This record gives sequence, structure tokens and C-alpha cells, in this order.
Amino acid sequence: MANGPLQIKAISGHPGPVPGRNTSRDYAVCKLIDVTTCIGCKACEVACLEWNGYPFRETSFDNTYQTMPDLEWNYYNLIRFDEHVDSEGTLSWLMRKDQCMHCADPGCLRACPADGAIVQYSNGIVDFQQENCIGCQYCVTGCPFDIPKFNKETKKVHKCTLCSDRVGVGLQPACIKACPTGCLQFGSKDDMKQRAESRVRQLHEQTSYKKAGVYDPPGVGGTHVIYVLHDATNPQAYGGLPADPHVPWLVRIWKGPLKWVGGLAMTAGIFGVALHYLRFGPKIVDREEGDRGVNQEKS
Amino acid sequence: MSTRPTAIQDHTIPPGQIVRYSYSERMCHWLSGLSYVYCLISGLALFTPYLYWLAALLGGGPTARFWHPWAGLVFMIATVWMHAIWKRDMSLIDVDRQWVKSIKNYVTNRDDLLPPQGRFNAGQKQFFWIMYYAAIVLLISGLIMWFPELFPLRFNWVRGSAILIHACAALVTIGAFIIHVYMGVFMVPGGFRGITLGHVSRRWARAHHPLWYEQMTNDPSARK
Repeated sequence: MANGPLQIKAISGHPGPVPGRNTSRDYAVCKLIDVTTCIGCKACEVACLEWNGYPFRETSFDNTYQTMPDLEWNYYNLIRFDEHVDSEGTLSWLMRKDQCMHCADPGCLRACPADGAIVQYSNGIVDFQQENCIGCQYCVTGCPFDIPKFNKETKKVHKCTLCSDRVGVGLQPACIKACPTGCLQFGSKDDMKQRAESRVRQLHEQTSYKKAGVYDPPGVGGTHVIYVLHDATNPQAYGGLPADPHVPWLVRIWKGPLKWVGGLAMTAGIFGVALHYLRFGPKIVDREEGDRGVNQEKS
Repeated sequence: MSTRPTAIQDHTIPPGQIVRYSYSERMCHWLSGLSYVYCLISGLALFTPYLYWLAALLGGGPTARFWHPWAGLVFMIATVWMHAIWKRDMSLIDVDRQWVKSIKNYVTNRDDLLPPQGRFNAGQKQFFWIMYYAAIVLLISGLIMWFPELFPLRFNWVRGSAILIHACAALVTIGAFIIHVYMGVFMVPGGFRGITLGHVSRRWARAHHPLWYEQMTNDPSARK
């Protein structure tokens, strides 16, 4: 089931074990986005703004059906629009709902230095806690999907919460409620994965989308938002969806070995000079101006 | 009624002392020192969760994060200033290479076996150049980290590299900084007073920087 209490699974920048870890049974939620049935109505965008209390406002027109040029700190959810011509010359309109993918291995959480600013719940939701955010934007670098957006005025980073406030009390995310075609569905990860795969089988058998497939990238341990794509071999065509996303290896080195090597080196440096002082002592040459101690009388 | 003792004397150079650093040199040094220490404390807080408590010393995570880049800019200004006034004194010359070769004698306090040094010994010069070049690397990588939104997703490797390089360069400066503070405060008594009050004793100058002392006093016999 998708419902259940919000149980913290991991906390960013937190030195100790997570309080209450492993005290509840395992379950995972998932949002399924069937791109093949999206009609680009943007009801999900409106529902997202409404639920999160953000204002509607002017945007710029760039000759597409896309509402905004990009996600913004107060615009978590954007239907990306692409005119795609395939190898046989067929034009298609690709509309992909872009938002946080809620990775099982979240690069944002790995990169974050602030205690408790990013939380991963055991149901899979990755949520930002703005009261703990320090505005360093390391999460922007950690994210392989370029999702977190910075509010310059409050110096806090925001992104889709997968409506953790709704899911936590047994409701579906706002975008799911608004979708008129059933392109958006919400449930347990197992159920959604099954449903996605059966939809892909249907596409293979009944349509010309022979390359259709499920997008649940293993590079980030799978995601709690999965897609059904007409052409799973070319996710890049859908507004730059990465083909093989993973937490950047530069971030892994920095947050893994470098942290330990650096910490050990600094500790060794301090112990080193302390031991040197005990073994060799100071270079005393001066008695006339009140420096205490022995003069340099050795050989 | 007894009169109050007048222990406070005017701030002139005491007898037996010579000027080591001018007022502006000391200002420059401490501007770079204080801004470096601010960057050090706030940077270590962001480097590892085990040191995140350091941010509390500076008013909390968001405050430390806000001022870190500005303190970094101050450090850069101080470093450029220091380079302008000390670059000639800091240039590495032949005698420095000999000194570095026998650095073991310096570490084990057998200073009499070392070639005599000028105003700065080779260790001080190396420290200066490490900090100078590290500051440039830290500035460039730090600017990228300050404005990550300027880089689209396909240039995410620029952001990642900047963070990694920033951390590595900072660790190099921390190693140099530990030795610098240890030398100045513990290892060479009189050095700390030189960089704060500006003067050192003649004996100190003769022992640690004989060529400089000779130059300042035109006294060739000062040389060991």
C-alpha cells in the first residue's frame, strides 16, 4: 500500500545513525507517468501550484507548448514539450512530466552537508527540509536530473516533495488527482512497475511503438517516479531525460574517500606537530627579552 | 594616597630590538590570517558532518555559508596585497635549494648546519607560494560553486570538479597552515611577537635570519 507513516530512512550531513531506522515494515511508493497517454493539458502543473500554495504568474513564450523554460524553485512540475522527428521522418509531439525522480540513491542527499536538510523516507520519498537548508546548492551538483532550484531571496533550495504531506496522511499526490487521462498513477513501487510493464507489452503488441519501455534507471538504484516511454532507447529526446543517470563520480570521490583521507591527514598533521614539539622542542635563542627556557647550548 | 603605577609605556621599539615587519605588513598578514581562519572554520563545517558543529560557532549553517565566499574574497585581496609587497623577498634563490636539501637539520633543531638565510627562510617562502597558488585555485573553483546555476546539466562535471578541486586545494592549505601556526607560535619563540608587535630581538634576528640582519645593520660579523 502507498499509505503509512513517514518513516525517516536517511538524513543528509548527519554523523550518527538515523533515529528510529528500521522500526517499520518495508513499503515503497511510486508515481507512474505513462508518457504515451499524456495529452499535455498541464492540469498536474496547476494542481501542484495550488496544493503547494504558489502563485500563478506570467511566463515567456518560446514557440512551444511548454509553460515555463525550466523548473523553478516555486514550480516543481513541468510538462516538457519536444517536437521529435524519428529516423523514418515521422513527427511526434513528446510531452514528459518533469519533476524530482525520488531516486533510491539520491545524489542530492549524498552531496548535502547540512544536518537534516534532505530526508529520505523509507517509502522512497526524498524531501527537502528548508528549515535546515543552508543554501550551499551542493544538491544541485549531486542531482543527475538537474531538479533542485535555488530561491535567491530566502537562500533555500526547493523541489517536488511527491506531496509527502499528502502521502503521509494517506492521500495521493496533487498531480495524480488532477490527471484526466490516467497517464499519472500512484501506488506501491511493485504495483506501478507491474502496471508499467503490462502497458509496455500492450504497446509492443497493439501499436507501432516497438521500442517502448519502462524508465526506472538502475544507475541511481531505481526511482520512485517511473516512466513509460514510446522509445525507451532514446530518453534524451524527452526534454533531455538522461539515458544512464548516476550520482556524479566527482561527488562520490568528494563525499567518500576524500572526506576520510582529508580528515585523517588533518588529524595526523596536528598530532605530528605535537609529537615534534615533545621530541625536539622550540628553537630558543633569546633570553634577553624575557623568553623563558634554556639557551641553545647543544653541539 | 599612593600614586597609581604607570606601567603602560609608549609603544616604541625597546632597546636591543629591531623592526621585523612594518605596520602595513602586519595588517596585510592578519587580514589574510583572519579571513583564512573564517574560511577554514566555515569550510570544515561544510566538508564533513563530523565538523558541522563548527558552523554553530559562526552563527549557524546558513550564516556560515553566506559569509564563507565573502571571507574568501577578502582572503584573495589580502593575498594579492601580500604578493605585491613580499614577492621579491619571497623569490626562491640558490641558497634556498641548499636549505631545502638539508631541511632535516632544521626539523631536528640543528640550525647551525644550515646555510644562513635572508629575510625569509626557504620554508616560509614555500608556505607563501603554496598559499598564493592555492588561493588562486580556491578563488576560481569557489566562484563556480558560488553560482552553480550558471552551468546547465551537461556541464555538471564543471560543478563537480570545482567542488572536488576546492576541497583538495583547501586540504593542501590546511596542511601548510598547521605547520605555519606551529612554527610561528610554538616552534620559534619570538616569531609571533614579530608578526604582532613588529619587532624582534637582535639575537633572534642573528640566529634565524643572519643575512637579513647583516643587511639591516651592515654588520658582517653578525653572520655565524
